[in-house]
Amino acid sequence: MESIILQILNGLDKGSAYALIALGLTLIFGTLGVVNFAHGALFMLGAFVAVTVKNLLNLSFETIDETRLDFLNRPLRVQTPYVEHWFGPEIGATIIDWSVPLALIVAVPVMALIGVAMERGLIRHFYKRPHADQILVTFGLAIVLQEIIKANFGANPIPTPAPEIFIGSFDFGVWLGFDPYAIMYPYWRLVYFGFAAVVVGAVFAFLQFTTFGMVVRAGMADRETVGLLGIDIDKRFVIVFALASIVAGFAGVMYTPILSPNYHMGMDFLVLSFVVVVVGGMGSLAGAVASGFLLGILQSFASMTQVIELIPGINQVVIYLVAVIVLLTRPRGLLGRKGVMEE
Amino acid sequence: MLGLNKADTRLYVIILIMLIFAPFILNPFPDGSSLAQFNAGYPDMMQKLVIFGIFAVGFNILFGLTGYLSFGHAAFLGVGSYAGVWMMKLLTMNVIPALILSVLAAGALSLIIGFVSLRRSGIYFSILTLAFAQMCYSLAYSVLTPITGGETGLQLSLDDPRVIGTSQTASGNIPVPHFFGIEMGQGITIDVGAWSFVFNFGYYFAATVFALAMFLAIRLFRSPFGLMLRAVKSNQSRMSYTGLSSRPYALAAFVISGMYAGLAGGLMVAMDPLAGAERMLWTASGEVVLMTILGGAGTLIGPVLGAGVIVYLESIISTINEAVLHGWFSGLPAWLDSVFVTIIKPFVGEGWHLLLGAVFMLVVIFLPGGIVEGGQRLGRLFRRDGARGRKNGAPKNGAPKNGTDSAEQPGE
Repeated sequence: MESIILQILNGLDKGSAYALIALGLTLIFGTLGVVNFAHGALFMLGAFVAVTVKNLLNLSFETIDETRLDFLNRPLRVQTPYVEHWFGPEIGATIIDWSVPLALIVAVPVMALIGVAMERGLIRHFYKRPHADQILVTFGLAIVLQEIIKANFGANPIPTPAPEIFIGSFDFGVWLGFDPYAIMYPYWRLVYFGFAAVVVGAVFAFLQFTTFGMVVRAGMADRETVGLLGIDIDKRFVIVFALASIVAGFAGVMYTPILSPNYHMGMDFLVLSFVVVVVGGMGSLAGAVASGFLLGILQSFASMTQVIELIPGINQVVIYLVAVIVLLTRPRGLLGRKGVMEE
Repeated sequence: MLGLNKADTRLYVIILIMLIFAPFILNPFPDGSSLAQFNAGYPDMMQKLVIFGIFAVGFNILFGLTGYLSFGHAAFLGVGSYAGVWMMKLLTMNVIPALILSVLAAGALSLIIGFVSLRRSGIYFSILTLAFAQMCYSLAYSVLTPITGGETGLQLSLDDPRVIGTSQTASGNIPVPHFFGIEMGQGITIDVGAWSFVFNFGYYFAATVFALAMFLAIRLFRSPFGLMLRAVKSNQSRMSYTGLSSRPYALAAFVISGMYAGLAGGLMVAMDPLAGAERMLWTASGEVVLMTILGGAGTLIGPVLGAGVIVYLESIISTINEAVLHGWFSGLPAWLDSVFVTIIKPFVGEGWHLLLGAVFMLVVIFLPGGIVEGGQRLGRLFRRDGARGRKNGAPKNGAPKNGTDSAEQPGE
């Protein structure tokens, strides 16, 4: 029992990331009809927004402390971050410690700008082109973005820790009445799951309860009719693209303490997120979220030693296997609308 | 000649001549000169050029003719490599059985993957092939380690139970791949003045295989079967109205192109007998897509050009560093020199992939027909009757959709 709960929990954080990326992917596909292979790159850019914010907050100036000596008996050079200088050492240290959550605030305008630039500059010209062209050009864009990051930040993963109070693990075992230390779960992953739930909820609420969201949903259902009603649907879809890229950026920012960002993390997640979207149903928001969590949990179950002993290698292939089965038996996906990309 | 029409014969003869004289053509700069780094006439490079040429030509049979965009073709290349190494381990160091097994193994795998994947089309097909290739990659890394060698890759060793031939040479080394006794590494070097031209047997063997593969591809393009494949691309529902099922044709194209990939994998092993799982990674699949699109999908010569350009530029550009750049612009004023170097530097050396991605995007956006279409546009600009031809109904912007039109006139 303990191990089952543990596997479900382990699947949640990866599932949350899949769900957030897939949500943006399917939103773009549902509204704009574009297959965006560069969406993983947006996730990666989000993670590097966090890295940049961390680096900026750690910018320091050097002072020479005459009273202390270093090991060569020279006056000690002390690095003081500007933030600590401005706000006092204690508040400054706290700000630096909280750099990852603070990066979320920076991520909103940055990711929105990147999203709008991407849509207006490139993807807009590909609405009428075949899906293969869309895949190819966004694939090229993903390579370019990833290489720019590699050129600026290097090829090695950059550790970006969570705030100190979230370091350590939560003892679920005691809480649920099992033995202590039976189910340990890092605090930050709990935070990530909660964060993902809030973001998903916010996106749904936005689309469900605002006039803007209503227009977007109408546009997803029948773009032409909405246009005939005199609504400039293209303008709204730009905002949708920006929204999707903010969501992907958020997912990336908050994922940095779990996985130190590197330049190819976007591609790694992209392939799986596509599988998630396909399993959930192209253009279905609820499907993307549900299948994100489903596949995340499934993957962690398949990684259990008992399962691997039974079917060797299953942990490596389970997600792809599920995708193949779903595509062959129910091509529109678990929650997909009838007739969407079903040919 | 050999069932080719006049234009195709001309194209084929040009290809043959280029293949035979490649050691000269690719070695235009004398050794020791500052331009010698742009030479490509050394065996490794020439072998790579023809091998990736085969890979891209095969991929084009699927993508160029039927329009099915596979993102998992590297899996067949990888399986071909593994099969080739195993044949060398168990049977003989002669490369012919290794190549045959490579083609058969890749063909069998592509039959299975194609049978399942072709039930869907469009983006679903791309994702299915991607999923299958990733599965092969993950399995090769984990469970199949006894067969694939896992992370270290599959190599020959001194105690291979080789049925025909010996497991070690008299001097205690691992025997090298050969073709009925002629070793792949053999070759002669001719020194002419400051130039030295290397004639490597391995290259000429690979080039012969390439010539055969290319001949088959031309015949296939011109055959009624090739016409059916184009029908799959242009309109599947109309095809089924006429009572033809498109799936067997698409599957045949998929298996043929998988076998080409396997052949390329087998040749890689014949030149250098080791195989690793990274050959199956999806970025490797992406690379062959880039080659085909860059050259011009659906044309005969396009994929070869694309493969050549990418393989050549990859090895040349990744060796350029800042010092080399400064050397180029040393004649200019210092500030101009540093401006140029700052602009160019991100795109060379380590930044080669950035250049590749950027060029690829530009090609997809502005030149969907690739290099071949670019050449055709240039040719039309310079020919007088070209202008009249355009007026008489050819599309104004001259952009054939995905190169279907340009497939009719290769090499122009």
